[in-house]
Amino acid sequence: MNRINQFIKSFGWPRIIIALFLISLFIAGPFFGVSTDMSLNDVFVRFGMNAILVLSMVPMIQSGCGLNFGIPVGLVAGLIGAVMSLEFKLTGPAGILAAFLIAIIAATIFGYFYGKLLNRVKGDEMIIATYVGFSFIFFMNMMWIVLPFKNPSSVQGFKGTGLRVTISVQEYWYHIISDFLKIKFTEHFTFPTGMFIFFALMSFIVWAFFRTKIGAAITAVGSNPEYARAAGIDVDKMRVISVIFSTILAAIGIIVYQQSFGFIQMFNAPLSFVFPSVAAVLLGGASVNKASIANVIIGTILFQGILTMTPSVINSAISIDVSEVIRIIVSNGMIVYALTRKAR
Amino acid sequence: MSEGNILLKVENVGKQFEGNRVLKDVNFTLKKGEILGLVGENGAGKSTLMKILFGMNVIQETGGYEGNIYLDGEKINFKSPLEALNSGIGMVHQEFSLIPGFTAAENILLNVEKTKPNVISKIFGKRLETIDEKEMKKSAQIAIETLGVDIDPDTLISEMPVGHKQFIEIAREIDREKVKLLVLDEPTAVLTESEAEILLKAMRKLADSGVSIIFISHRLNEIISICDKLVVLRDGVVIVERPTKGVEIRQIAEWMVGRSVEGEKSVHIKNEEDFDDKDIILEVKNLWVDMPGETVRDVNFKVRRGEIFGIGGLAGQGKLGIPNGIMGLFPSGGEVTFNDKNLALNNTYNALKSGLAFVSEDRRGVGLLLDEPIDMNIAFNAMQVHDKFIKKLLGGLIKWCDNKAIKECAEKYIKELDIKCTSEKQKARQLSGGNQQKVCLAKAFALEPTLLFVSEPTRGIDVGAKKLVLDALRRYNEENNTTIIMVSSELEELRSICDRIAIVSEGKVAGILSAKASVTDFGLLMSGIDKLEEEGESNEQN
Repeated sequence: MNRINQFIKSFGWPRIIIALFLISLFIAGPFFGVSTDMSLNDVFVRFGMNAILVLSMVPMIQSGCGLNFGIPVGLVAGLIGAVMSLEFKLTGPAGILAAFLIAIIAATIFGYFYGKLLNRVKGDEMIIATYVGFSFIFFMNMMWIVLPFKNPSSVQGFKGTGLRVTISVQEYWYHIISDFLKIKFTEHFTFPTGMFIFFALMSFIVWAFFRTKIGAAITAVGSNPEYARAAGIDVDKMRVISVIFSTILAAIGIIVYQQSFGFIQMFNAPLSFVFPSVAAVLLGGASVNKASIANVIIGTILFQGILTMTPSVINSAISIDVSEVIRIIVSNGMIVYALTRKAR
Repeated sequence: MSEGNILLKVENVGKQFEGNRVLKDVNFTLKKGEILGLVGENGAGKSTLMKILFGMNVIQETGGYEGNIYLDGEKINFKSPLEALNSGIGMVHQEFSLIPGFTAAENILLNVEKTKPNVISKIFGKRLETIDEKEMKKSAQIAIETLGVDIDPDTLISEMPVGHKQFIEIAREIDREKVKLLVLDEPTAVLTESEAEILLKAMRKLADSGVSIIFISHRLNEIISICDKLVVLRDGVVIVERPTKGVEIRQIAEWMVGRSVEGEKSVHIKNEEDFDDKDIILEVKNLWVDMPGETVRDVNFKVRRGEIFGIGGLAGQGKLGIPNGIMGLFPSGGEVTFNDKNLALNNTYNALKSGLAFVSEDRRGVGLLLDEPIDMNIAFNAMQVHDKFIKKLLGGLIKWCDNKAIKECAEKYIKELDIKCTSEKQKARQLSGGNQQKVCLAKAFALEPTLLFVSEPTRGIDVGAKKLVLDALRRYNEENNTTIIMVSSELEELRSICDRIAIVSEGKVAGILSAKASVTDFGLLMSGIDKLEEEGESNEQN
């Protein structure tokens, strides 16, 4: 009994409730004509698509910059990488590598200025980051129209200038990562091995980063800035580095998402990634100032699991579309829950 | 104080935290108007006992306590501190619970504000009455005056030195009219000796007016001078309960640690001849430091290689500003020469790199990563500054933390300094004050400094730990010939360990004396009597 209590304490009630809910959905699925293999397929694919975006929260949380509500800054960098790669008409691995490379360069520049800005608003990072994310998206909305993109598959068909709302990558680098070493179990269940390997690689980089000298310094800055300062560490610089790192991860994450989804979603699309990514890492057990890779994995599985299973199972059960309602309750509820625990 | 006039009776109280017993069969009584001195080493269970008495939530959350407590003959079991407050128990905690942005008066009268009715309040009730600023100020002034200090009730808490904050905290408790029992947990730890004296007088006054006081302190001479009764806790058990009359400090110390304590002053083996007056390791000229509450105006001194140099003085006079300024934690200016080289100020990294190290007086705020394990706390500075515990991969491109070396280093210091912990992976937050201080020392030692600043190393830690800390410092000084500059507000402590002591007054060095000089000389310097005369003269010249 004691051990069970301890497990509950360390794992946390919210996670247990949601995990039980997810399992019950899997059990209930077949009774309402939802095939288990298809459900599994959806859960794994969506995990692969979103995990890196959730992972991108970690560096900023560790450095004390809070949850990255400004993730659109990184997403826009990813979009730039993706459309530039299309502009050069690069296909296959070369195409996606070019996208990564350009996205990383863009993310580094954006992240630098974003980090500088966050250093000026210490204590209110999360609110300011939200505004930065919003305003940056709308600024880029104008840019997407104005910038001289030429590739016919990315510009608007009826006038030949300005980018489309969704751009297909079908002919360029569709499923380049997803299909790497993929394993087909049944007709409806293909395991996207490539995305998992890629996520593992990214996780390893993050893990390793926090085991280097500079990573330890960033952890110290997040844990106690005064302590770090007394150890001769340039607190502002460490925070900027962590913000750049987060931004780069977000940029890479969105490209991985796009190659699996098959489309580059432009304009306001980045907005819809903010709350789900934040909520997932919190659901995984992260707090506003401590996060680990395990938090990312658990959170993404639970959050994406709920997201994929509720529409198929509950909708077939009661024939009303409540999936969106549940998604909003879970994601926003999780954020509220985590923020109320901030002052421990 | 008639017999049978018992206010508080504690009967067979025990408490365990998750199988870890901290209190066992605690019994004592307290009469009305009596001051009870509660002493014990860190971790002896004093704070837990007070938490039980005050109904703190932790106690309920961890399964309540055993035994009975009677207040005024009635059995009590408070579910929350609010209930305790209502039945007349006031408590001043070790950590401040004041609102920095509020004035002294607002803090003292928080939630018991003096109000006057207005139109809205007549309709909607008392909670909407206007705050009566004048009455507030008057009431706060009275509370402050009871304590015998002079603090303007309009000062913001954030602008006060720690000593004053402590007074405000106490003033808040005594302002409640019903207060019967006042618990003071280490109130004098952050006060200077003169401030502490004022507080003790105020306590006596309060006790005479009928309030009972439980006074927890590590300063045993205070216990002896003021308390009517003494309770010594050791490892959760009451060792002694008796009137203070006729008890000696050494005897209390022995009860506390359970073994006979050697005299505080042990022989310092170094003689004046051991030092070369020309071998100066640190020279400070015209140093100013802008540290709030501890402003340094114009400080000059020289430190010889291998000595332990003390810096003393009253709180708020600027002694703490000196190390903080030289280490670049607060804006500073002037000229500092270290090892014949000019030391750039306002650059912490550079200071650490050139061989300085600093143990901050703000242990929990600056000294520790409370949520990180001990080993990380110890190794961090050495790793960041001197690239120790680092494995270089890919030709130095990646600086990988060598966890094994960090662990070994932590284990070494845990053993050497006798840090009491479950393992080197325990979080610093869970350690007691004395052990936290040892971790801070280990952190500085791991840097292998040529000159070590130690600021208030024994603040708020008990006799046993104090001795260990001072011994560790002295041993380190002797073994490695490390020059140590120690800042402390306890003169006796400085005299027991230092070779020379500078007294800082009003941001300037009032004088530098040998540790063997008489207490009166130090006292004169501290009170700035020479200073006053000098200033008087210079004023006349102007």
